[in-house]
Amino acid sequence: MIETWQQQIKAAAAKGEKLAIKGSGSKSFLAPVRVGLTLDTRSHAGIVEYDPKELVIVVKCGTRVADVEKAMADAGQMLAFEPPHFGDDSTIGGTVAAGISGPRRAYAGAVRDFVLGAKVIDGKGDHLSFGGKVMKNVAGFDVSRLLVGSFGSLGVITEVAFKCLPLPKAQATRVFEMDAATAIEAMNRWYAEADPITATTWVDGKLHVRFAGAEPAVNTAVQKRGGEALVNDVDWWRDWREQRHAFFASAKELHRVSCKSTAPATDDMRTAIEWGGALRWVHADEASAAKIRYQASRAGGYASVWRGGASTHASAAQSLSDPLKDIHAKIKASFDPYNVFPSLSSSAGEGARQGG
Amino acid sequence: MKAPSLFEELANVLPRDCLKIADEDMRPYECDGLSMYRALPKCVALPEDEKQLAEVMRICHAHRVPVVARGAGTGLSGGAMPDPNAVLLSTAKMMKIISVDPLACTARVQPGVRNLAISEAVAQHGLYYAPDPSSQIACTIGGNVAENSGGVHCLKYGLTVHNIRKLRVVLMTGEIVTLGGDGLDSPGYDLLALMIGSEGLLGIVTEVTVKLTPKPKLAQVAMASFASVETAGAAVGEIIAAGIIPGGLEMMDQIATEAVEGFVHAGYDLSAAAILLCESDGTPEEVADEMARVSEVLRKAGATDIKVSNNEAERLRYWSGRKNAFPATGRISPDYYCMDGTIPRRELPRVLNEIARLSEKYGLRCANVFHAGDGNLHPLIMFDANVEGELQRAEDFGAEILELCVEVGGTITGEHGVGIEKINQMCVQFSPKELTRMHEIKHAFDEHALLNPGKAVPTLHRCAEFGRMKVSQGKPMPFANLERF
Repeated sequence: MIETWQQQIKAAAAKGEKLAIKGSGSKSFLAPVRVGLTLDTRSHAGIVEYDPKELVIVVKCGTRVADVEKAMADAGQMLAFEPPHFGDDSTIGGTVAAGISGPRRAYAGAVRDFVLGAKVIDGKGDHLSFGGKVMKNVAGFDVSRLLVGSFGSLGVITEVAFKCLPLPKAQATRVFEMDAATAIEAMNRWYAEADPITATTWVDGKLHVRFAGAEPAVNTAVQKRGGEALVNDVDWWRDWREQRHAFFASAKELHRVSCKSTAPATDDMRTAIEWGGALRWVHADEASAAKIRYQASRAGGYASVWRGGASTHASAAQSLSDPLKDIHAKIKASFDPYNVFPSLSSSAGEGARQGG
Repeated sequence: MKAPSLFEELANVLPRDCLKIADEDMRPYECDGLSMYRALPKCVALPEDEKQLAEVMRICHAHRVPVVARGAGTGLSGGAMPDPNAVLLSTAKMMKIISVDPLACTARVQPGVRNLAISEAVAQHGLYYAPDPSSQIACTIGGNVAENSGGVHCLKYGLTVHNIRKLRVVLMTGEIVTLGGDGLDSPGYDLLALMIGSEGLLGIVTEVTVKLTPKPKLAQVAMASFASVETAGAAVGEIIAAGIIPGGLEMMDQIATEAVEGFVHAGYDLSAAAILLCESDGTPEEVADEMARVSEVLRKAGATDIKVSNNEAERLRYWSGRKNAFPATGRISPDYYCMDGTIPRRELPRVLNEIARLSEKYGLRCANVFHAGDGNLHPLIMFDANVEGELQRAEDFGAEILELCVEVGGTITGEHGVGIEKINQMCVQFSPKELTRMHEIKHAFDEHALLNPGKAVPTLHRCAEFGRMKVSQGKPMPFANLERF
């Protein structure tokens, strides 16, 4: 498969054509506009290597995330960044290319924190390998982490090695009625006080806190904080992660705000807060978009359109300073000198606007 | 009118005591922790703030003079070794803790702040900065960022790259950029991850926002003895298989424990072929639960003796041996050379047996200390530089160990960096096309290749010469520090 893709890419480069890398399409709504022939990653699937004692799993790009999670759960382990699937057939390649992490992100780390190494076919058709499959590796630049969140603009990610972590032995979710400002304070303070928290979400006037870890630690935290027990909490968190909660469904246009965890709440727009305060979801419209962007940058972060409008998530790099834009352009040119793959700036948003 | 010289221009932007050009003033900067490589720089610049630092960079860029950055100079791979044609830029004077936010668990610090000083400054809030390289009393956060430093607790708490939120970086042109942000992600490519561990080749860090970690309420360490390194290695796998990620998990072989015991009297079992130190941290209930499970696993895995620390003093005493392994080795041998490969843990018996064989081949003793949890080996090769040929033998021995690490699926450096020391072995680990991509990435940041030239990423020409020399004569090339194109 690798050789076929290499030839396909070389041919496209020679003819000045474009290729669109695609897995199951579950995150297409975020990705740059696809132009040209589709390169379907699902034909390169399977777990290459998995030794739970080494805490490392090596996976081909087209493997379903669900299959990877199943194999790991059977060994009592997990992908600790809790990847949102956004579709039953969501692939590992797409998860890494989109760089999206789930509810555990603020406590365990992001996709990039668990990537130990990656292989990529660049826009010249060269199959390159960066990083490795060991826990600690500082040989050369950390190119495998650079690929995380590159949305297919640098090449086809063909294989990824992840660090694995054990599943927690115990888990309990407690719900607290409180306003946004109190919830932001609680999320931050409880974490700073070393509670074994692995997820926090404030939505509809309720703060949901997931405690997980060793059973005695979870029990102590639950007793200390009180709140109401959330039954079926595994389902609740899955629905939240997959954005199937009513909060998401009812949004006409949904904006994503990444900001400092202690940034004040904005009470004039319908908002949900997760990641200990560092991620906010806001129901917005065109009129409020500029205000959301302004508030996000004041809070040390940035905002992007997620769903409902044309997504600007992948193209948010356009707001960077000139020297950083220049560095982005040079990195892109180094991986993909013939522009076989889309650039980050040709986002869904741009394309849709151009198209109509 | 004659254009001002580099020194004149630098003297215009730096206070008098912040520019050193006399040989005797530059002598303290002639090497880093890899003291076998020494050189005097063109001059030493010690800017007091970001503005001065950016001016130095702008001037050097205009003169096309290379710049080598330096923190505390504790690095072990020669990454901060001066270049006679380059300005050595030290961030030692930029040592302010700018602000601490105990609620958000972050601190903004200047690059010259010592690693341990951060933890000391935030201790009053029940927080600390998690990565703890053994040199943490002296090494600076700027150097930690450049090297992506680890420590004995990184299996659970991560490396530097997992604990940094935001960097302000001065590029070679003098332009200032911000990477990362106050949130948990930022737009565009992950240049923050790319910058961390880039060994001073992409930019100079002037401000670091670190993530702080709540200090565990209790920590306890179990010390287990084993009759062979194989059983000790297998026990590590069993701990992981039991779903336990210990706060720290270290292994030392008998040569290492003997060296250490004579130095710090840590109470190690000298009859054991290897010992394991396994730390558990968290709430008291959590620690009690985990320690019980760890002890059971260790017993089943064949531990001949297990001691658990009863109090903080005892815990620190058990650790003091491990943390002093390097100086202890220095006490029993005139010189030692510390290696830093990482391997898949299952390959440990094969690698240790091979190291024992190489030790005989080169006629040099070698102690092994091992970040067992994450597979990071530190063989300490003992030699005497005053004996003709021993330094060369030690370096050849080390090079063979690194190549062995690559062969079993590992890497030439887990946490010390490539620097100048392992530059040839980069040619073994990466293909020419992969190395070329790294050069292109450097070019995106540093068009004229002025930052830390000749370090971390070898030129293809150098690899070609290294390969040829290795085949034809079996020893590294002469003038190995000379830049080649």
